[in-house]
Amino acid sequence: MMKQVKCECGHVNPHGTVLCESCGRVLVEEEKSKKLVDMRYEGSARRSQTYNKTIIDKIWNFFSSVKVGVTLIIITLAASAIGTIFPQEMYIPPTENASVYYEDQYGFAGEVYYTLGFHNLYSSWWYLLLIASIGVSLVICSLDRVVPLYRALKKQRVDRHEGFLKRQRLYRATTLASIEEDSFENIKVKLKEKRYNIREENGSILAEKNRFSRWGPYINHIGLIIFLIGGMLRFVPGMYVDELLWIREGETVVIPETKGEYYLENHEFILETYEKEKENEAFTTAIENNGTVAKNFQTNVSLYKESGETIAGQEPELEKVEDYELRVNEPLKFEQFALYQQSYKLGEISEMSFALTNKETNEEFGQMTIDLHNPQDEYTFENGYSVELMSYFPDFEFDENSEPVTKSRVPNNPAFIFKMFSPEHPDGEVSFVAIQQTIEPYGDNDLKMAFKGVDTQNVSALTVRKDLTLPILAIGGLIFMIGVVQGAYWNHRRIWIRRLGDQVLVAGHTNKNWHGLKREITHVFDGSGIQEPIDQSDEITNKKGKEE
Amino acid sequence: MVALSGNLLFIAFLLYLVGTAFFAGSIKDKKAREKDHGPNKWAKIGVTIAIAGFICQVGYFITRWVAAGHAPVSNLFEFTTFFGMCLVGAFIVIYFVYKLPALGLFTLPVALLLIGYAAMFPRDITPLVPSLQSNWLHIHVTTAALGQAILAISFVAGLIYLIKAVDHTKKTKEAIWLEVVLFGVVCTLGFIIISSVFGATGYKSEFHWIDNNNVEETLEYHLPALVGPHEGEHLTPDKFSPLVETPGIINAKKLNTVLWSLFTGAIIYLLFRLFVRKRMTLALQPLTKRVNLDLVDEVGYRSVLIGFPVFTLGALIFAMIWAQIAWSRFWGWDPKEVWALITWLFYAAYLHLRLSKGWHGKKSAWLGVIGFIIIMFNLIVVNLVIAGLHSYAGS
Repeated sequence: MMKQVKCECGHVNPHGTVLCESCGRVLVEEEKSKKLVDMRYEGSARRSQTYNKTIIDKIWNFFSSVKVGVTLIIITLAASAIGTIFPQEMYIPPTENASVYYEDQYGFAGEVYYTLGFHNLYSSWWYLLLIASIGVSLVICSLDRVVPLYRALKKQRVDRHEGFLKRQRLYRATTLASIEEDSFENIKVKLKEKRYNIREENGSILAEKNRFSRWGPYINHIGLIIFLIGGMLRFVPGMYVDELLWIREGETVVIPETKGEYYLENHEFILETYEKEKENEAFTTAIENNGTVAKNFQTNVSLYKESGETIAGQEPELEKVEDYELRVNEPLKFEQFALYQQSYKLGEISEMSFALTNKETNEEFGQMTIDLHNPQDEYTFENGYSVELMSYFPDFEFDENSEPVTKSRVPNNPAFIFKMFSPEHPDGEVSFVAIQQTIEPYGDNDLKMAFKGVDTQNVSALTVRKDLTLPILAIGGLIFMIGVVQGAYWNHRRIWIRRLGDQVLVAGHTNKNWHGLKREITHVFDGSGIQEPIDQSDEITNKKGKEE
Repeated sequence: MVALSGNLLFIAFLLYLVGTAFFAGSIKDKKAREKDHGPNKWAKIGVTIAIAGFICQVGYFITRWVAAGHAPVSNLFEFTTFFGMCLVGAFIVIYFVYKLPALGLFTLPVALLLIGYAAMFPRDITPLVPSLQSNWLHIHVTTAALGQAILAISFVAGLIYLIKAVDHTKKTKEAIWLEVVLFGVVCTLGFIIISSVFGATGYKSEFHWIDNNNVEETLEYHLPALVGPHEGEHLTPDKFSPLVETPGIINAKKLNTVLWSLFTGAIIYLLFRLFVRKRMTLALQPLTKRVNLDLVDEVGYRSVLIGFPVFTLGALIFAMIWAQIAWSRFWGWDPKEVWALITWLFYAAYLHLRLSKGWHGKKSAWLGVIGFIIIMFNLIVVNLVIAGLHSYAGS
């Protein structure tokens, strides 16, 4: 099936090879007419350049093209930029409805943005598809090139064919009456000084260094693939947790996603701002100009682990793990979890106090304090007075039918329906009480609930995070960095010196930084009697320039 | 200490200015043109002055660090001056490899503009908000800035390449675009000049206006208001009254600043055309006469090769590590993050086009120029216009 190409030198090359892996002889007719050979992948047989029959070949060829890869990169780049024109949905105020927010804030453009789904661009199917295509392109591009390149570099001979040397960018032939061994030795010493590895055969020299830098791109692509796989693993259940935990001062709650194993107690939330008297003098003007600058957000917490089996309905037995001052940049870590100071709310109402009062005489028959998170059903006083809490709306508003409802369970705007019992009214009087508002639905009452005061407390919001993909991402990132540095900070350089009759052929090749290679070559051949190679691409461009 | 720090920065600024003059001299020097052996006396003095300026700026950086107790990279002024410093540092290193005086002639003015631009923003030493209180501030921001600065060298090299290689006597697309790029640079100068002029006179005009959420706000202009805010009420009638009113979704003050910069830039440009009677690119072309195009191309490419890993490390990897610690997630599609990714993708495309598609010379030079425009966009527009988690910049 595979048609192999046998070179005149005897080496058998895979089908599609342009330059013999061993001697470098040009194997393809049309390449022979060219002044310079294309050295990009050593003229090796790349699958994508060789086969184009089956569907698999076609897909392979599509993704193996750098042009396609770069196009994908540019499209992704442009799409990413579009996503920053207006804020993504996750950054608009959480109380806002996206469907109206964008139009409200940004007019027609905002409406279009929302309609096209750009408000969630980075999680849209087509954006993810773009990223996935880049991933596929990375794999196929790399495989298509690295295998043949590896073969070609591994199999290269020292005394390469004249046609190969002649078609190198740096090349020159020197005719010498006699070759002095001394000057050859001298060249080798100088090459070694420059850290070239030297191979010799039949009086020819191949000096090569930093071949490993050729693997840099492939290694960094492996790193990227690992990184992308790590990113995908987030969607595997159990790998990733992202929860927001609102916790009040004094409260102990179970930490979500820990299967009821861990509990957290909030002792205190602390908000500090910079005060110019107390701070570094250098900050004074900035504090004066900017007003309040936050200095510290901190929640003092205790972490508990549940010990032993709990029976349903019973209070869990908790064992303290540690006390921790949880600040921004200082998350609390336990097992696979980490807790982060994310947000806070100061002065949330926690308790409200009322007095059962006679409207006319202002006589009080008893005081009660309602715990807004855990209200009692009934509050009893002496002498036959009592209050029943018929309904409680922590976050009260009237709905479209003018019925009282609650927006949430957070006591932002508490309202109550009380039934007040007294010896005079054993069936009770009903009163609706909200902040600065009292409604008496069944006519005039004798008694009222007089507002006495509130108690507030701070609430801290902590992010509960588990991300088991992090180690994979870290490995991917590390491999990428190693690969990219390897490929960028070193250059693969080769110098061929071949004796052919009374001629010495010298050629040089590098994958980048020709300037550096030329400088090394000048140093190596200086005073050897062998003329240093010239840059044939200059000649070509000069000729072109003259013709134009 | 704070005063000393400010003075050192000012001295550095002056030295860069003098250094530029010497590099210009090194190219004009007729004697040196004949013997083509490395940099001449002028260039040597130029680079010495640049190094002296760099040392002064490092002095500014250290003294300010000591005074503040944290590395001065925490607001727009500090970051941009640091970026300018890295650019000069990168230039000095590359100068000693390639001995290209023209590189100094073009890099130092870019650094000068960066520092001048930075100085137009609040220069107070600011205390750190909680999310910035981390050693990663020093690690992430400095590495990212260094990476960007090294990448910016490819912009300078690209500019030199194009000024020399493009035929500016004809009205080609390329020639016009290059002139536009230079006009952009001139507008930056315009911004610095006009802000300094009105800043020195203490110009101030105030408005009441209604913002997008129907809330009444006060706005303070430091440049005469060409455009006024939405339903703005001018509170300082003795000052220049706006000609046009903007809709509520546009920030009138920023638009006003942009208009003034363009306006001043246009005046400078027209004056230049009036006196020199040549397009700017054509007037600059003689300065690139002795430049070896191949070498400049190589400098541009190498600076991308060297800068790309540094940028990746600083602007993406260190950034992700810190984001994980401070914000609980390593990546959040914040505009600054996205634009760092865009920059990275762009330079990745540059490298692929160059390696595999053989984009050398002009094409490569243009990519270097565009890359820098992206970096500047991320620094200026993303900070000032697209608000996000990274908007520490202030007004």
